[in-house]
Amino acid sequence: MTTRRIFLRNSALAMVGVGSAPLWLERALYATDAPSPRKKILVAIFQRGAADGLNVVVPHGEKAYYDLRPTISVPRPSAGSGKREDAAIDLDGFFGFHPSLAPLKPLFDQRHLAIVDAVGSPDPTRSHFDAQDYMESGTPGIKATHDGWMNRALPKPAGKVSPVRAVSLGPTLARSMAGPNPAIALQSIAGFQVRNPEAAKQFRDMYLGSKDPLMRAAGQETFEAVSMLESVQSQPYSPAAGAQYPRGRLGDSLRQIAQLIKSDVGMEMAFADVGGWDHHVNELGQKASEGQLAVLLRDYGQALSAFWQDMGDRMSDVVLVTMSEFGRTAHENGNRGTDHGHANCMFVMGGPVKGGKVYGRWPGLEKEQLYEGRDLALTTDFRDVLGELVSHHLGNPTLKSVFPGYNPKPLGLV
Amino acid sequence: MGLKKWIDLQLHPGRIPENPVLTAKLKTLDTLAMSSTDLVRNYPTPQMVRQMVAGQVPFPSDPGRRMLIEKLVAKAERKQGQADQPNPDAPAAQELSILLTREQIRALRTGTPQQRLPAFQELPADKQDDVIGALPAGVRQGLFQVAPPELRRKIEMANGPQQLVARDLMEGKLLRAIYSDRQLDEVLADFWFNHFNIYLDKGADHYLVTEYEREVIRPHVLGKFRDLLEATAKSPAMLFYLDNWQSVGPDAPQPRGQGNKARRGLNENYGRELLELHTLGVDGGYTQKDVTEVARCFTGWTINQPQRGGAFQFNPRLHDKGEKVVLGTIIPAGGGMEDGEKVLDIVARHPATAHFISTRLAQRFVADDPPAALVNRMAQTFLKTDGDLREVMKTMLDSKEFWSVGAYRSKMKSPLEMVASAVRAVNGDVDFAFALANQVAQLGQPLYRKQEPTGYSNSSQEWMNSAGLLARMNFALQLANGKVPGVKVETEESGTTLGSPEFQKR
Repeated sequence: MTTRRIFLRNSALAMVGVGSAPLWLERALYATDAPSPRKKILVAIFQRGAADGLNVVVPHGEKAYYDLRPTISVPRPSAGSGKREDAAIDLDGFFGFHPSLAPLKPLFDQRHLAIVDAVGSPDPTRSHFDAQDYMESGTPGIKATHDGWMNRALPKPAGKVSPVRAVSLGPTLARSMAGPNPAIALQSIAGFQVRNPEAAKQFRDMYLGSKDPLMRAAGQETFEAVSMLESVQSQPYSPAAGAQYPRGRLGDSLRQIAQLIKSDVGMEMAFADVGGWDHHVNELGQKASEGQLAVLLRDYGQALSAFWQDMGDRMSDVVLVTMSEFGRTAHENGNRGTDHGHANCMFVMGGPVKGGKVYGRWPGLEKEQLYEGRDLALTTDFRDVLGELVSHHLGNPTLKSVFPGYNPKPLGLV
Repeated sequence: MGLKKWIDLQLHPGRIPENPVLTAKLKTLDTLAMSSTDLVRNYPTPQMVRQMVAGQVPFPSDPGRRMLIEKLVAKAERKQGQADQPNPDAPAAQELSILLTREQIRALRTGTPQQRLPAFQELPADKQDDVIGALPAGVRQGLFQVAPPELRRKIEMANGPQQLVARDLMEGKLLRAIYSDRQLDEVLADFWFNHFNIYLDKGADHYLVTEYEREVIRPHVLGKFRDLLEATAKSPAMLFYLDNWQSVGPDAPQPRGQGNKARRGLNENYGRELLELHTLGVDGGYTQKDVTEVARCFTGWTINQPQRGGAFQFNPRLHDKGEKVVLGTIIPAGGGMEDGEKVLDIVARHPATAHFISTRLAQRFVADDPPAALVNRMAQTFLKTDGDLREVMKTMLDSKEFWSVGAYRSKMKSPLEMVASAVRAVNGDVDFAFALANQVAQLGQPLYRKQEPTGYSNSSQEWMNSAGLLARMNFALQLANGKVPGVKVETEESGTTLGSPEFQKR
């Protein structure tokens, strides 16, 4: 199987040839080759560890929510005008943001940000590993899928393909991006090089001449991307409009994604992840605006909002979507935390997004409405959301091969 | 020595005398031999230091250690008093001028760190500790690079004693990987720690992992799986990491007077990972109901004073005494600690566990997608020998699949393996290893810091990507040029060889 993938990968590269043209020429090609002046871009964020959707987008209009969570609920927006900073931020009279997501409220109000609720993978697993694997492969319940949905979702190239067309931020390549189409893992733009130019040439020859097809393919991808990014590295980057990314993995990743987009190096897809959402104990502090979840959400909200600000007009080509492997139990557990659950929420942000709305049918939180009597039930398949972005935003019509065995139903998000 | 004999020896690591070079290098890493309780006291957090000052926790009994901590206290108090000073370096400079003559201060500030070291060593022994604390951070770090081990230790203590616990763990792991003659033992310790993964940065686990690796993992890697499993189940490190220490039954007494927010109840984190990751595997045929029932069986398995390095404790008052059904077996009402032990009996001897453990081992040692026939034979051995891990390893090492051409060099080295083998290839003399540990992290495998209970993947695919390959190439160049701090290199081997595609395979 591995061998087959490699041949696929190599032939995909062979079709477009190994670029040895001067850099300025390559860049010029990407800037002008496509019929539309700028490519559409999809950014996916994975919250690893199963974020507690019910405390992220709070169903404050649902009495059962407060009954199920006597110590870790987020207070209703109306609760006590004196401590508003501690209450949910109302979105539509029924749902509200966790208070740490205040930076995203203007984006929701301006209709650039949409929420999909009661969404997720229909597979019943409560295993982090399996559920992440299913979501990233895009094939719930099927373990034999070798490639990721983002790799399959790359539109058929028109003309020359950029070596940094698909970028996964972090030290390893995300499962979502693995597959026959070239995709690179990148820890940092500045570090994406061999520091000694003489040795770089030798390494390049070694890897391109390797008898091991895996090594050869990985080397080829790597060195093409290295030469592509040289020009980006030489330019210092400062975010526009005074955007301030929070310190940490998510902020760093989004800042670099913005930099890559604005550098016009032909990136069409980016993936980043952020861990730490598995809150079995003390999910919230004494106040909802404190504690583990509040800290993570502050970072998340600031990072997304900084990205929006920084991107400015370029956001008209970009859609950013967030996901997490499953939700958490509707009821709190014995340690002011939540255990592994089922449905969750997703955020969709971007210029083309029809935001300002919470999408999806709300199934309710009464006992008989819960999935297996304990979790938020699922009313929207995550592939409906991703599928719409792939077909309507990226313009890739071959959804059948992106989500085999599933027919995504668009929600009207873009 | 014939190959067969070598393998047989590796399966009995106790018969291999340890490399004296390794023993000598490990000696300065004194935290590795300490109990969790001693670690907390000898390498305290600032918070623990405050508790010592307040008399809530005893100081270390060793007078030298006690003195070190008293110095920390004094320093903290001085800092407190000088918080309003505009220039934070000023107090240190003042302090130096009290301790030393102008000539001595000049000598410590001029030239290269190598030139400064003798000036420092000429100072009277009783002054050295105070001077370390008063030196500007830059000068201190410069000295550190060239200092002999004992002095290095003192400098690290001045930087923050609790950091040494993590640092020793990582350095110990690298030194063993590079120098140990008990190679199989080391690989297995790495494999089983990863199988029963703990995240060092989760609260109290900072002080619990050292003892966990030494007392829970290492003694059992070639023993009975049931013993290894029970050791992990009762380890404070695991009880804390997967929250079981706080999981209580419905009749457990609730803390009084603190209202709803302090209420305690069931937590199914450990119950699930025990089945999914430690024993049966995710496809091992258990249900959500089984997870909850297992969690109920383990209520009351807790830790006495986790923040002080405490020990396993069964608290019957926290235990759910009702009847449970686990994987079809009834565990009658009225039980105590034996409820959890019965669960361990059931899952340790389950055919799904035999298969799952065999698959994991074969993935680690043979191929990402191991031959089913080999896995089945290993699983049979597992069941026949009541989970004797030495026998399971023997079945694997005796197999034709292990020695097949396809298996040789089919696996890519993990970052740890790449770094260790590169240091070996250049005959590196490792003076201190935390710079190497940082490199392993750069390559994508921060040691003891995999947050998720899944541990790192046993599959080569994980490491085959552009970011990882570039990091490997850069590390190779840096190492061969003698630019990795703490490692002296004598080699004709060039960096490009170490970064080559061939060197990334094992």
